[in-house]
Amino acid sequence: MSGAQKAALAAQKRNIRNRWLLSAPALLTIFVAAAGPLFVMLLYSFMVKGDYGDVKFGQFSTEGWVSVFFQRDMFDDTLGLAEAHMSIIWRSIKLSFYTTILTLLLGFPTAYFIATRPVHTREIWVFLVTIPFWTNLLIRTFAMQQVIRNEGILNNTLIWLGIIDRPLQIIYTDTANLLGMTYVYLPLMVLPLYASIEKLDFRLLEAGYDLYANRFQVLRRIVIPLVKPGLIAGSILVFIPSLGAYVIPRVLGGGKNMMLGNLIEMQFGAGRNWPLGAAMSITLMGFVMIALLVYVRNASRSGAGHA
Amino acid sequence: MLKRRFDTRTQPGFGFVALFTFFALYLPIGALVAYSFNEAESLSRWDGFSLRWFVSAWHNDAVQDASIRSLVIATWAAVLATIAATMAALATTRTEPYRGLTFKYALINQPLMVPEIVTAVALLIVFSRVKVYTGYSGLGYLIMAHTAFCIPFAYLPIRARLESMDLTLERAAADLYATPWKTFLRVTLPLLRPAIVAGFMLAFVISLDDVVITEFVKSGGQDTLPTYMLGQLRRETTPEINAIATVFLALSTVLVMIFFFINRRKQ
Repeated sequence: MSGAQKAALAAQKRNIRNRWLLSAPALLTIFVAAAGPLFVMLLYSFMVKGDYGDVKFGQFSTEGWVSVFFQRDMFDDTLGLAEAHMSIIWRSIKLSFYTTILTLLLGFPTAYFIATRPVHTREIWVFLVTIPFWTNLLIRTFAMQQVIRNEGILNNTLIWLGIIDRPLQIIYTDTANLLGMTYVYLPLMVLPLYASIEKLDFRLLEAGYDLYANRFQVLRRIVIPLVKPGLIAGSILVFIPSLGAYVIPRVLGGGKNMMLGNLIEMQFGAGRNWPLGAAMSITLMGFVMIALLVYVRNASRSGAGHA
Repeated sequence: MLKRRFDTRTQPGFGFVALFTFFALYLPIGALVAYSFNEAESLSRWDGFSLRWFVSAWHNDAVQDASIRSLVIATWAAVLATIAATMAALATTRTEPYRGLTFKYALINQPLMVPEIVTAVALLIVFSRVKVYTGYSGLGYLIMAHTAFCIPFAYLPIRARLESMDLTLERAAADLYATPWKTFLRVTLPLLRPAIVAGFMLAFVISLDDVVITEFVKSGGQDTLPTYMLGQLRRETTPEINAIATVFLALSTVLVMIFFFINRRKQ
């Protein structure tokens, strides 16, 4: 190796070392106050629960994980399926799925509408979607609560119109959770869909009509396949936060319509079962990982299809 | 007779759904704001226009405390996150791929991949033990937690700007015998300023809005405005909470608008 090569190599090494030093504050902060604690939580999920919360440190137990899915019979100590947990997990998955469908049904036409506006007005429509997106989630949930509660705008209007004579009980039901999540997460569906549809080559639609396709066929055979990356991205962006929703079910669903996020919180509050709470959190993370994997697989496949 | 031209771009009913969506997006927020000007004690009836709930919120000590705490935390978190994110963006762009680069991307974006409630309970587990060991239970924990989840948001615009930045100006500076440090201060940093401001504002809004992580990390008496509001929602609420929400809403809308215009000018 010549001297010049050696010098270049040393310079490159120094450059990489500097880059590590430069990124250290960000990496360390995230490690200490976000990523690292997840590992600690994994450890905690395998410990014996403390009598008043916390854990008995260092005492190994799988009880936390077992009780995510099963419960011991009070009398004969046999294991049965933990039905209460199962129904809450199932509710979370079901409601997240419905939320995704609802936001899709509302969000797709909206994104399409924005993308077909004249160029100079598009920005304004996008801005109108962005404002609620950046508005505090709690405030939006609270706004929804005021609309759907028994003496809220919705019920008052329906009574005034004479459609119903008694308020509909929407708040503190699963419907309230669903409406709340749809309302709060809708911008997350519209924005990626818009980004996709905006890039659509509308001459392809003309070609479709020239070949005697009707409106529905053009939509199904041309538009939807071409904007599939946006459809998938929007769906995943809505599905994942819905699965981990905590504030919305707490405010709108009430105590009887808990979702997984509230069940986790309960273990750290009144439940005083930290290992179980930790195991549930990791289960929730597992669901999110599965959703992300499905996304990555689909995204790479549809990407390859267009190449 | 003239037939209306067949428009290949429209789909039947889409315009209607879109307008309904916009209506549905703004109706609840609009109603929330309208009721903050309500004279009545309760949210169930409208007694005429009044500013009394803004006045009463202003004089409410708990609200004042929580607002100041929110602003202090958001300022610290946004400043720290923006500095860390700017450094990290400089370290991860404009380079050949090197060992560990993917790891850095993954770690910086990690807070975005995990549901907030999971991060929140993990922090509760760790910080509650640290609080017992060290005896310190001040705002430091909240500032640190907020900084961590604000970093990916601040990082995003700064990295994007660096990647699209022209290298020739920096080379020219180097050719004119500027030291690397001087080049950075006089050329790179001014070019980067809009993205840094944008990153700072994103981080600030994200920190200001946080409920879940704050709720789990805070010690007693450390309510921020969002956790204070969450606590109030359990009771029968008065329009005072609407007044607080309206002010909050106005503040974040202004921040988003500034962010929007900075971005637009850049293009």
